[in-house]
Amino acid sequence: MAETTQGTGGLKYDSSKRSWPNEFNIFIALVIIVAIFELLGQVLPYMNGQSFLFDTNDRFDSIFNEARLQIIILQVAIIGIISLGVTQVIISGGIDLSSGPLVAATAMIVMSFAQTELVNGNPNPKAVFGPWAFDLPVLVPIIVGLAFGAFIGAINGSLIAFTRIPPFIATLGMFLICRGIAQWWTRGQPVSFPTESYAALGAGMMPVVWFVLLAILCHVLLRYTVYGKHTYAIGSNEDAARMSGINVKRHKVMVYMIASMLAAFAAIVLSSKNLTAQSGMGLFYELYAIAMAVIGGVSLTGGRGSIIGTVLGAMVFGVIQSGFTYVKLDAYFQIMAMGAIIIGAVVLDKWRQQRSSMRI
Amino acid sequence: MSDIILETRNLTKHYGGVHALQDANFTLRKGEHVAIMGDNGAGKSTFVRQITGVEQPTRGEIHFDGKPVQFAGPLDAREAGIEAVFQNLALADDLDVSDNLFLGREKTKFDWLGPFRFLDYKAMRNDTIAALEKTAVKIPNIRNTIQNMSGGQRQCVAIARTATFHSKLTIMDEPTAALGVQETAQVENIIRTLKEQGEPLILISHNMRQVMDLVDRIVVFRRGRICANLRKEETDGQDVVAYITGAKTQPEYEVAEAL
Repeated sequence: MAETTQGTGGLKYDSSKRSWPNEFNIFIALVIIVAIFELLGQVLPYMNGQSFLFDTNDRFDSIFNEARLQIIILQVAIIGIISLGVTQVIISGGIDLSSGPLVAATAMIVMSFAQTELVNGNPNPKAVFGPWAFDLPVLVPIIVGLAFGAFIGAINGSLIAFTRIPPFIATLGMFLICRGIAQWWTRGQPVSFPTESYAALGAGMMPVVWFVLLAILCHVLLRYTVYGKHTYAIGSNEDAARMSGINVKRHKVMVYMIASMLAAFAAIVLSSKNLTAQSGMGLFYELYAIAMAVIGGVSLTGGRGSIIGTVLGAMVFGVIQSGFTYVKLDAYFQIMAMGAIIIGAVVLDKWRQQRSSMRI
Repeated sequence: MSDIILETRNLTKHYGGVHALQDANFTLRKGEHVAIMGDNGAGKSTFVRQITGVEQPTRGEIHFDGKPVQFAGPLDAREAGIEAVFQNLALADDLDVSDNLFLGREKTKFDWLGPFRFLDYKAMRNDTIAALEKTAVKIPNIRNTIQNMSGGQRQCVAIARTATFHSKLTIMDEPTAALGVQETAQVENIIRTLKEQGEPLILISHNMRQVMDLVDRIVVFRRGRICANLRKEETDGQDVVAYITGAKTQPEYEVAEAL
């Protein structure tokens, strides 16, 4: 044998050497933010001691203010579905700016395949197509929507993989194209009056159900499948991935397709929930989805992040938004504050990276 | 004949008008460790890129393990049994040791799921531990990401790939160029382990002491051509330097120089 100065010891799994999971930090941040709002409610004179989290007026069976919690998760669920896809794109080293307008375009198209013939006994005033498109089975709009999402995602991915233009530019172009499609589809007219079965897709707490189901699915995809491993590998070191025999181009197309299909599904849920589709919907959704991912610890340089993190990021996002309303912060300031939080999250990520690279 | 693992005949690579590699005739026997030396731009890396399938040669033949081969890509070469440790290491920083070892050829379950087939983490971790033991590589925790490892440990992970996949030929392109003294010693120990196990190796290195310590034979490249093929016992550092700089050329390679 060779001189065994190196030894073979120390190969066991050593839990003490395992680093603190990043998701835990985000969870702690979530708790701290809730505590801050709770404190503000007690301290600010105009709040009259209202509680943020707890049911002080005894309106519900549990000790929590269920109405507020419901609003929070319902608010983040739909953008949350988008951010599940955006998370995968960012982990693969890309970015997707087209998801907001894609939601609008998909909603417009999908809704025109989901209309009923008669509204209160009168013909549907917002009909887009002729009689053939009325009262179609609910699967038709769903398939049309997912196919449109897959198509847009395939274009995004192919542009990025084969022409090698930066993802920022490719998806920014698609951002405008999709907004254009949304406005052109009905010349700016909203599309309304869906069938009952379509309206059921986003009714009540259904958006949350979809969000949870899709989050579990995406978590399994990223953590336990070859697809997920290669997504991390490409975002971490694209050259290494290529040299290891991964078909990087094909994989990127796949990642963007999955992301756009998730955004398209969010459009279905949103239009079903609102019972209408408008060309202006999904405003800022792409940025909010990116923000949720970044707050959840997904690194904008690729290779790092998780679905659990993004779900927690979405919760943080929802709590902050709801908290701003709770402390009666002006709506204009809310948008500004949201911007500041996104910048702050990226700065934090930068620091984390510098710290971990100094450990080498 | 049967103990030759790799043979190239008139292997040539032109990049447009640049003759990066010209008529390289090279043989490697089973169990043999050969060093490739030469100045920057002498054609060493070009030679390696041809036999690892990263590039396709302009002309010439490659025979590997008794059969003529043509590699369409690095994965082809890898499947045939040629494992390369490149200068830039080709590791993904954010993945852990066994993920990196198995990158691109993961062990999987439920293969009918296509690209969404499941990873068999347990099998991969077990194989990783076995490979690290075989190469006597010491890594504190195989579930750590590569990012937090030293240069030597990274190099060891890259080299451990060879052991994992029972490759027939290992190629190392300047494996210790960026390493400190201790880490270099660690990598050299692994190379000795491979020698004892009878694994053939091509080592590209600028480090004369290392080459003299580790290999059986030295092949010198100069301006895209092989200019010397020296048994270690019959040469010394000064001699090799003379070939590298062009002060000397072995008689059988003279013809090429005249052109």
